[in-house]
Amino acid sequence: MTATTAAPARTYQLHTRPAWRRILLTREMAIIALLVLVIVVALAGVRNFDSPLTVTYLLRDTAPILLIALPMTLIIITEEIDLSVASIVGLTSVTTGVLAQGGWPFPLAAAAAVVVGLACGFVNGFLVSVVGLPSLAVTIGTLALFRGIAVGLLGTTAITDFPEFWSDLAKANIPGTPVPAIMIPFVVLAIVFAVLLHFTPFGRSLYAIGLNKDAAQFSGIDVGRTKFILFVLSGGVAGFAGVYFTLLYSNARGDNAMGMELLVIAAVLLGGVSIFGGRGALHGVIAGVLLIGTLGSALRLAGITSDIINVITGILLVLSVVSSSVLAWIQNRRAAALGRKNGRRAQSPD
Amino acid sequence: MFGHSRKGRLGVTATALALGVALVASGCSGTGSDDGGSGAEGGGGDANLAITFLPKNLGNPYFDTSNAGGEEAIEEFGGTYEEVGPTEASPTAQVSYVQTAAQQGVGALVISANDPEALCDSLDEARSAGVKVVTFDSDTNPECRDLFINQATAEGIAKAQIELISEQIGDAGQIAVLSASANATNQNAWIELMEEELAANHPDIELVEVVYGDDDDQTSFDKTAALLQTYPELKGIISPTTVGIAAAARYLSTSEYKGKVALTGLGTPNQMREYVEDGTVTSFALWNPADLGYLAAYAAQALITGEITGEEGDSFEAGKLGSYEVGEGAVVLLGDPFVFNAENIGEFDF
Repeated sequence: MTATTAAPARTYQLHTRPAWRRILLTREMAIIALLVLVIVVALAGVRNFDSPLTVTYLLRDTAPILLIALPMTLIIITEEIDLSVASIVGLTSVTTGVLAQGGWPFPLAAAAAVVVGLACGFVNGFLVSVVGLPSLAVTIGTLALFRGIAVGLLGTTAITDFPEFWSDLAKANIPGTPVPAIMIPFVVLAIVFAVLLHFTPFGRSLYAIGLNKDAAQFSGIDVGRTKFILFVLSGGVAGFAGVYFTLLYSNARGDNAMGMELLVIAAVLLGGVSIFGGRGALHGVIAGVLLIGTLGSALRLAGITSDIINVITGILLVLSVVSSSVLAWIQNRRAAALGRKNGRRAQSPD
Repeated sequence: MFGHSRKGRLGVTATALALGVALVASGCSGTGSDDGGSGAEGGGGDANLAITFLPKNLGNPYFDTSNAGGEEAIEEFGGTYEEVGPTEASPTAQVSYVQTAAQQGVGALVISANDPEALCDSLDEARSAGVKVVTFDSDTNPECRDLFINQATAEGIAKAQIELISEQIGDAGQIAVLSASANATNQNAWIELMEEELAANHPDIELVEVVYGDDDDQTSFDKTAALLQTYPELKGIISPTTVGIAAAARYLSTSEYKGKVALTGLGTPNQMREYVEDGTVTSFALWNPADLGYLAAYAAQALITGEITGEEGDSFEAGKLGSYEVGEGAVVLLGDPFVFNAENIGEFDF
């Protein structure tokens, strides 16, 4: 921010390492490497993993998680959380179903569902930013609230009749490839979010908020407005995921996507985003989602039961969180020792 | 940050190695069982007798019993048995296991569906990949499967339970129903028929409420407690699900209502034995789930070998159970419900 005055006079050679090391030796790259390793091992050791169907099913089923993980990453970087996303998927799924059954043209019903998602995000954002409540408490509340409305609207019934064109489209592959068509909107959204997070002042301000929201506020960032925007974005994306989920399973039910918020958050944390805010990148998160999905797919094909798959995924998550905490502690000790040795040499904030 | 990341990478690499080892190990065991499969195929001609059982969820004693019956049958005719399933009973969680079976190219999938419609698309995909689909316990829409093994007619089950409760409460007073999940196909059908039977033949019995324990022991237990508090005049509870009736019996047996509030429904002898012996429960009904799984496995084999196609009037041999005929709508009926009471419960062990 003050680069014009300071840049020519100062160098940071003692702190920086060569560009290749800065890019390759990161937690994000480690998760990507782990993903590649799992894929290689599964290709070699698990029968039927090498079929194109694996790619289709994997991407198709993880698409809602991939989508929702994008705004969730931004929210967690600001040291907030949105636990209501799966309930928004449920509510927008029900909305899609009820409106489609009520004779609305499907695109209109889908658009209305996305608007409902945005409205849910608006409620979360309002309570967090304007009223000033902690997002953990707010979204635990709206998790129950949105789910309650969803189940209340449809009761014990499910709506299963959707226009064939749209439900086929949700399950279609990009012609000539085993890649589901849902990956097109996902890639577009991923690029938008990546640019937003990593290449705009808005995105950089999220890290500042996550590291120290008071300092961010005093340096001219409108913290409340920023968080509000993020929660509305999260609701909108969850709404879109809700429409997709409905079409994918041809099924609008109040309990759709129950518990998915935990899968999303687990993948985001696995992908290297700090739950304490201020750190994380989207490529790591995408790799985190795919890692959990691929591992599940490979283990299922190997005939491993779901409880064991949950145990393995859980251990992976705990190890990844523990390893980063332990190593951060070691790093701090080393930096402190180094700091004493080098006198008043500054340390990076994290 | 960068120094930390380098250490972070070491930690994640260690995690990766541990995981890789786990995956290789599991991959090997998976391949091992598949090899067993091809061996069996060699013995039984060119038919692919790899049969996968997919229950509503794992860790459910009812499905443990039915699947053990299936395994017994598959051993008799020299196929390969595998059991997979989600930890929670949700249709979307079952989809990935249907997909896995399609990828593995198993001969047949024997499934108890968590939703009649939501699994249809994935089952269609599996069938076009050559997998025969047999539903048992809970059916899907008829066009989504090759054969349904019906444990008993819905009318028979509903009537048997109403008869039991009316005998036990003297054909008058308030009763309630403790069901499985609100979307459970067969429970909902039975409850509807129970209501019709009550209206037609038992005008003095009033069904005050249907509550849902979600086939979860603790939820069912809590719902039973809530029912008894809400309706002090309650004379009887029908729980048409094995998890529900056992949880309700456990609550009643230690409460002041023991022996005063009648409990009947569908349960297994091993679960209900202590409550029948201590007088909490007089009698309850069920078919033999082991026979159901056994019959489903033989039906799957008959479909794989081409002995039957699912046409009405097709008949096949089902080992110790004898000969069965396919009825209207590609349904095979196991038989009438069986009533268990203090006199006969000792003869059963499942």
